[in-house]
Amino acid sequence: MDFSLMQRVFPFFVEAAFVTIEITALALVLGLVAAALAAAAKMSRSAPLRTIGTLYVSLFRGTPCLIQLFVLYFGGPQVGINLEPFAAGVIGLGLNIGAYMAESIRGALVAVDRGQIEAARTIGFSRFQTLRKVVLPQAARLMIRPLGVNTVALLKGSALVSTISVVELTYTAQRFIGSTYKPFEIFGIAALLYMIMVYAVARVVDMLDKRFAIV
Amino acid sequence: MQGLDFSVVAPYVDILLMGTWWTAILTVSAGALSFVGGIIFAVVVLYAPAIVAYPVRLFMWVFMGTPLLLQLFLIYFGLVQIGIDIPALVAGIVGLGLHFAVYNADVLRAGIVAVDFGQTEGARSIGFGKWQTLRYVVIPQAVRNTIPPIGGNMIALLKESAIVSVIGIAELVHSAQLAISETFRPFEFYITAAALYYLLNLVLEAGLRRFERNVEISR
Amino acid sequence: MSMQRPMVEVRGARKSFGAAEVLKGIDLSVDRGQIVAVIGPSGSGKSTLLRSINHLEALDSGEVWLDGMQVNQPLHGQAFERHINKVRQQMGMVFQHFNLFPHLTVLDNITMGPVILKGMSKSEAHALAHGLLSKVGLADKIDAYPSRLSGGQKQRVAIARALAMQPKVMLFDEATSALDPELVDEVNAVMKKLAAEHMTMLIVTHEMRFAGEVADRVLFMDGGVVVEEGPPSEMFRAPQKERTRTFLKKYLSA
Repeated sequence: MDFSLMQRVFPFFVEAAFVTIEITALALVLGLVAAALAAAAKMSRSAPLRTIGTLYVSLFRGTPCLIQLFVLYFGGPQVGINLEPFAAGVIGLGLNIGAYMAESIRGALVAVDRGQIEAARTIGFSRFQTLRKVVLPQAARLMIRPLGVNTVALLKGSALVSTISVVELTYTAQRFIGSTYKPFEIFGIAALLYMIMVYAVARVVDMLDKRFAIV
Repeated sequence: MQGLDFSVVAPYVDILLMGTWWTAILTVSAGALSFVGGIIFAVVVLYAPAIVAYPVRLFMWVFMGTPLLLQLFLIYFGLVQIGIDIPALVAGIVGLGLHFAVYNADVLRAGIVAVDFGQTEGARSIGFGKWQTLRYVVIPQAVRNTIPPIGGNMIALLKESAIVSVIGIAELVHSAQLAISETFRPFEFYITAAALYYLLNLVLEAGLRRFERNVEISR
Repeated sequence: MSMQRPMVEVRGARKSFGAAEVLKGIDLSVDRGQIVAVIGPSGSGKSTLLRSINHLEALDSGEVWLDGMQVNQPLHGQAFERHINKVRQQMGMVFQHFNLFPHLTVLDNITMGPVILKGMSKSEAHALAHGLLSKVGLADKIDAYPSRLSGGQKQRVAIARALAMQPKVMLFDEATSALDPELVDEVNAVMKKLAAEHMTMLIVTHEMRFAGEVADRVLFMDGGVVVEEGPPSEMFRAPQKERTRTFLKKYLSA
């Protein structure tokens, strides 16, 4: 192990880790919005909306995220979409994870006991009131874990944007492996930083899960 | 803007199909490795002495906490550093296989623990040894009960296999890139590649559903 | 003549699930303040009948009326939605599995309806909930979450929740069948209290003794039809129909 090398390159990695955090956070926000819309569309009473929701989810889940990024970033200019690597990365990752999150959200909504809906309806609540006051508060709790798993997958998946030359953690690692020929040391640093982030997200998910547990 | 013209794909159909074929081979071999590896890791973590179990747990912990892409770089370039020059294809299969073995192990470990203790007692009472009980009674049941999540991992593996294009394996993404380097038509070729992945995905899902049904019936 | 108008009336109710016809033309009428118990084997259609009064099941044909207003009006879309929400506010329903909202305290379970649907002030609703909980003997549980309650306590809260809407009729769908035997009495006691106050009630039950004690009239359903009905004294002592006799013999001897 070459510790002086590790010491020398460490600051670059920390900087790169912040890019990874930034891109993950932005993609997460975009993904949640896309997921909420897609879940609503898939569960809507309008057939065209249902089709759109189903198509989005199945196409983005049925193909590799890497290809989606390549279509957007390399193919985009052919159809008039010119994006910076960072923007393409956020949009590509966000739309991809949104499709997975849509299923997490839908699964949680469907998992709420039917009796809950019936009870609210017999009191006289409308569909919307029932959704807002009875179904969503209970589903929110059921969503925390699956959405947490999606977020961890997004964080690790963000490494893919290195292939469209976003200078984040994996790109930085790749560059230093190429220039130093010390893959174990470089991998060690990058792995450490990823693991800190991944297990931090897992902790937050645990806390949220406890916080929203129904006593 | 050049406008789109999917007819540019026609001369490259052979190359793309060859890439698709390699993606399928990659998925099947890495999938098999990940299944066997998953069982081994799960058993080691649960039953091996601490001196073996702890390093494996550490390994699983690291592999679950880091991106596959990074792991591929480590395996491909790391082995070269310690003097082992393996072909990219082998590095790709090993990388994908190990990565998903860790996820399968996680699932299988829970599956093994969930097998009713009465099963173990039943096997031991007729004279099975500890290892025989595991081999013939517990693991088969754990595998059966975890087919859906393991199947989910296989579907993920198919899509994640696109990543090995970065170490130069001539699979589907790589063959699309080859065509793009000659035609400068990324949109058409990546969309075509996406469609081929989607098809492979459908085939794999249908296969898994059928397999699950057969297992269900044979219960 | 409004006093003569039945509180609940069902005319020619028919309902099929796929090929199985569960209600084969049911007529039923419950007067104001009357207590009607519906008994019958499982699969007789008694729960479906009760659920269709609340429009949890839509009838294939036939009419349901509540106090002179048709429940299953031939309206569509949003118009029907608005109509049914209004009608349901006037009916209290109690389920076999309680269906309390687990994310809300006992207090919020009870006050949610009055506050949101009737615009009642929080303090007024709190007082109402407190009064109702005292009535069902659970005033001390007002801040508890449902998961902390026993089955009998849950069901009593569910009754209080239904009563909080000041319903014209209470519908009980096997309210005690999911309870441990020793918890049945506390729920039955609450229902008897309501009976003494002349609450109009329609009770689907498999407890013959309780039906005999509390009901003014008993309906025996089997195979989607009302086989026989009458006051409990006649129904239990001298049933006219063979099917009723067979059913009662099996149940009362058990």
